[in-house]
This record gives sequence, structure tokens and C-alpha cells, in this order.
Amino acid sequence: MEVTIIAETNEEGIHPVTAQMVTAAVSLGASPTVLCPGGVGCDAAASIEGVSSVISVEGDCFTSFDGGAWAASLNSAAGAGLVLAAATPNGREVAARMAASRGIPVLQDATGINDGLTVERPIYSGKAMESVKVDGDCVVTIRPNAFAAAGSGGSASVSTVNHSADVTVTVQEAIAKASARLDVAEADIVISGGRGMGSIDNWSSLEEVADQIGAAVGASRAVVDEWGLSHSIQVGQTGKVVTPTLYIAVGISGAIQHLAGMRSSKYIVAINKDADAPIFGVADYGIVANWEDALPALKDALSSL
Amino acid sequence: MDIAVLIKYVPDSTAKITVSGDRVNEGGVSKWSISPFDEYALEAALGMKESSGASVTAITCGPNRSEKGLRDAAAVGADSLVHISVDDLTALDSTKTQALLAAAVQSSGASIVFCGKQAADTNAGSTGPGVAEIMGAACVTGVTEVGSEGSGLSALRATSGGAERVTLSTPCVLTFDKTEIELRRPNVKGIMMAKKKPIDSQDAESLGVDTSGSTANITSHSPPAEKAPGQMFEGASTVNDVVQKLRNEAKVL
Ligand SMILES: Cc1cc2nc3c(=O)[nH]c(=O)nc-3n(C[C@H](O)[C@H](O)[C@H](O)COP(=O)(O)OP(=O)(O)OC[C@H]3O[C@@H](n4cnc5c(N)ncnc54)[C@H](O)[C@@H]3O)c2cc1C
Ligand SMILES: Nc1ncnc2c1ncn2[C@@H]1O[C@H](COP(=O)(O)O)[C@@H](O)[C@H]1O
Repeated sequence: MEVTIIAETNEEGIHPVTAQMVTAAVSLGASPTVLCPGGVGCDAAASIEGVSSVISVEGDCFTSFDGGAWAASLNSAAGAGLVLAAATPNGREVAARMAASRGIPVLQDATGINDGLTVERPIYSGKAMESVKVDGDCVVTIRPNAFAAAGSGGSASVSTVNHSADVTVTVQEAIAKASARLDVAEADIVISGGRGMGSIDNWSSLEEVADQIGAAVGASRAVVDEWGLSHSIQVGQTGKVVTPTLYIAVGISGAIQHLAGMRSSKYIVAINKDADAPIFGVADYGIVANWEDALPALKDALSSL
Repeated sequence: MDIAVLIKYVPDSTAKITVSGDRVNEGGVSKWSISPFDEYALEAALGMKESSGASVTAITCGPNRSEKGLRDAAAVGADSLVHISVDDLTALDSTKTQALLAAAVQSSGASIVFCGKQAADTNAGSTGPGVAEIMGAACVTGVTEVGSEGSGLSALRATSGGAERVTLSTPCVLTFDKTEIELRRPNVKGIMMAKKKPIDSQDAESLGVDTSGSTANITSHSPPAEKAPGQMFEGASTVNDVVQKLRNEAKVL
């Protein structure tokens, strides 16, 4: 099957999910072509093992993000068959538009993909899984960290096409993040606090631990709403879905809407004073303790590693 | 400036989702609601109605129970209601749902479409951009603020570096994220008026959409993989043990 991958890129270059998409494509027996929007990350893409060729898709439309323009440009460079993109906000938008323009289905957030073609994906915020059988061409987005990354021994050829498209969304102003903290959706370790932290005045205890281990700070909806924290750090059904290797929940009860956003983390540590808190139901390591005692102990233990 | 708001009626976020046979057991869901992000889309549309006199059409596609979602939207201020009758939404792939919704938007005459960033059941985020593609419209996803700007709109969207203020002209589709804004609640008068509001009933035939031949079909639903029970520790003095295990057992530190 012909497989085209839309590389996921950001200011720093190519995103690790790109090599994970290559693994998904290779598992279907494909030698994928990788398209690099705006020419970002071509050399890195060419060095991913299993990639047969890289196309640098260039055009003025790539100086800012307009999913419609990006999809139009990428569509003219992408082959038929299966198109893979990353299940990130921009990736999902481009994928949906590419599919609609081709008149083929789009399946978002795949955690599994098998020859045939069948796609596995979580629905209801992970409360159930869905298997979908596709007959014909389609566009699929791949959940970050659901597949292992392909190695980096490749040396695919790189070619360039120039395909701009009309931009209909004009960026007037970029507003920098209020804090320089890591994005919860991107970080390898996330430490989140909830109402059990007592008040916003105690939030710095959480941030100190986060800084110690390079973790992002997340929050339950209760504290985002009540303490006026930025919605961008809310984890859960109406916040972000995170899949870090380590998620530490402090003073969070584990409401079903919170679990929806973090239960697919690789390892979960929960610190809560109530041994019956539902968060312990998904924790790999549960610690029944007050945060007032547990966070200082955590700081000490981490600093002596 | 007329706005169509796409609202999906889904199991409430507190509902327990169970699988029986190989399908999610919808019959076991006792409480249904407008999908959470759609409520923010509706709120934004009602805000524009107040500030610039827009008329708001709420459109839903689904089985008969979805009409309750339209009534809930009317109770807080939606002006017109459209129900596209489809008994089993899960039998339609993305191309079919989007074609139905786009056709209903087009027949409503609205040039602005607001919808949720993702539906609470599919968690996809495909519909807004897909409908935009069919309409040949501009689209911005993950919007947290909107206002009118000349003959078009200005919107705030989150980016990995923070946020961006963008402008776009109509026709356009905006998909909404949760914001700090407080959602309006219906009052008694609103609820009474909503009961009497006519619902424009449509279906695939009346909209001229061929919904046969989905090429992506659900073969089964299943419960999520069970996680092995974790290890429990008592008291802050155990924190160090857990950190050691994270390093040596889980190898994540
Ligand atoms: C439509 C909808 C969408 C929602 N979306 C989200 C979402 O995206 N994300 C989200 O998080 N929630 C969401 N919620 C809210 C959710 O239902 C819960 O209300 C919320 O997650 C509770 O937050 P919490 O765990 O911080 O607070 P609580 O439930 O109040 O829990 C506080 C916990 O702290 C513990 N505690 C208290 N003191 C201490 C101490 N000194 N040391 C240690 N532990 C202590 C308590 O034992 C308790 O378990 C949503 C709700 C709805 C209706
Ligand atoms: N059947 C439907 N009826 C009305 N609106 C819908 C329907 N399906 C999707 N939408 C809208 O599109 C958004 C995204 O849905 P999805 O692409 O399924 O994640 C939802 O939040 C709704 O606003």
C-alpha cells in the first residue's frame, strides 16, 4: 500500500511522532514517502530508517498556520492510498481537510493500525476502544507515543516541490505564553495538582518539584476554574489529553473526566490523603499521604538521585 | 451575520460507558447532554447575537433523542432549530456526516459555522475542518475568543508557543475549546419558549445527500485494556521508596 506521511514539525524542527508514524507505515509493509510542510526537517526525515523518499513541500502559505492552505498544498504533493499525520491539533486539522477534499474518510488518534486496513482508536476519552475497517484510501492521524520511533540509520533522497495555496486565515498577533513552562501535552513527565493542594498559594511547591525534574505542571479542572490558572494546563476531558512516561497526581481525586485525560500515561503516581480516592484505581504507585509531607519528601528523594 | 452552531447530543461526561456484545451500550446511558465543547461554541454564538444581532441556528444530526439537545440550545437563546434525522451515526464515516451537516448549514443560509473542537464520543476533531473544506470556507480550530472584525471575524487560538490572534473572512468555520467564560444557564421562560419552538426536520433525502457506501466501518467496540492493580504505599516516609522504584523498576527517572 502506498503510504504518505505528513511530517509533524515545530519551531525546533521535526517532532518525534514523525519517526513513530514511520514505524506504523513500515508495519503495514510500506516504504513511506515523507512530506515536510514548508521544507522544515527534511534532513532529519531523510535519516529515519524505512523512509523511501522525502519531499520538501514549499510555498508562501507555510509561513503561518492555515489548515486549509496547508492541506491544499500537501494534497497536491501526496500520493493516493494512505496518508498519515500526527494527532496533534494542527495535524488533525490538516488531516481532516485533506480527507474531505479527497472525499475519503479520516480516522483520528489511532493507537493501532493493521494491514487490511484496520485502525484502533480510543473513543469516549478512553472509556472504550473502537476498531474500524477501511476499504479504500483514507487519512489516519497517529497518537503521539503510541508507536515506538523508527531508528535513524536511513538516507532517503530529498526532492523539492513548490505548491503554495491561498491563505484565508491571517495571523495578526502572536501572544507569547505567560510562563515559560513546558506544555503538558509535550512533556515526558507531568506533575499535576488538584483541589487537595488547598490554595493557589501552595502551587509553588508543585512547581519546584517540576523544575527539579524538568516536568510540566498540569492541573485538574477544579483548580483551573477556581484558582484562575490557565486552561492550557488543564488535564482531562475538556482539557488536554496527555500521554507522558510519568504522570504524578497530587491532591487530585480522580474524577472520570480527569482520568480521561491522563489514564494512558505510561506510569502514574498518585499522592492523596484519602486511601479510597478513585485516582488510586489507575495509579501504578499510590501514596496515601498529605502533600504537605509528601512533596518535601519527594524533593529530597529526587535531589539525592 | 447568521451563525449555524453544530451541536452533538452525547452521553453526559459523568456517564459510565459500557460495552455489550461488541458495541458501546447506548441503551445503558441514562443521561445525555450537548457535547461540552459545543456548549462553548453555542455560548460564543449567543455572545455574537447580543453584540451584533446575529441569528443563531442550532443544527444537530442524530437519532430522535438529539431533539432534546436542540431544545436545550433554544432554552439559552438559539433562534432556529434543525434536526437531521439519522438513526445510527456510527454507521456513517466522516465523509457522510460532514456532507449532511454542510448541506444543512448551506440550506440554513448561515455563512459562519461554530462547532466543538472535538465531540465527547468520537474525540475526533474532524467535523469542523471537514465541513469547512466542503463549503470552501476558512477554518480556525481550538478557538477561545471571537469577535467581529470588519465583515469577517477575529479569533484567538492556542498555539504551542502561546496564542495567536487571527482574522478571517466569511464563509468560515470556527471550532471552540473550553474557555474561562461562564456558560449561561436556561431560565424558566427560556425553557417554556424552547418547548414550543418548531424544529425543522431534515434527513439525507431532503438534503440531497447520498449516505450509502461508507468506506470506514466500525467492526467492534471494546472496553479499554485493564490495567494491573498498582502498588500502594502509606505515609510520606514511603516517598523515597517510590522514587527508587521509579528509577529501578519503571526506569522513568
Ligand atoms: C463536562 C465536564 C467536564 C470536565 N472536565 C474536566 C477535565 O477536563 N479535567 C478535570 O480535571 N476535571 C474535569 N471535570 C471536573 C471533574 O468532574 C472534577 O470535579 C474535578 O476533576 C475535581 O478536581 P480535583 O480532583 O482537583 O478536586 P476534588 O475532587 O475536590 O479532589 C481533591 C482531592 O484532594 C485530596 N486531598 C485533600 N487534601 C489533601 C492533602 N492535604 N494532601 C493530599 N491530598 C489531599 C482529597 O482526598 C481529594 O481526593 C469536568 C466536569 C464536567 C461536568
Ligand atoms: N452528528 C453531529 N451533529 C451535530 N454536530 C456534530 C455532529 N458530529 C460532529 N458535530 C460537531 O463537530 C464537532 C467535532 O466532532 P468530531 O469531529 O466528531 O470530533 C462536535 O463537537 C460538534 O460541534
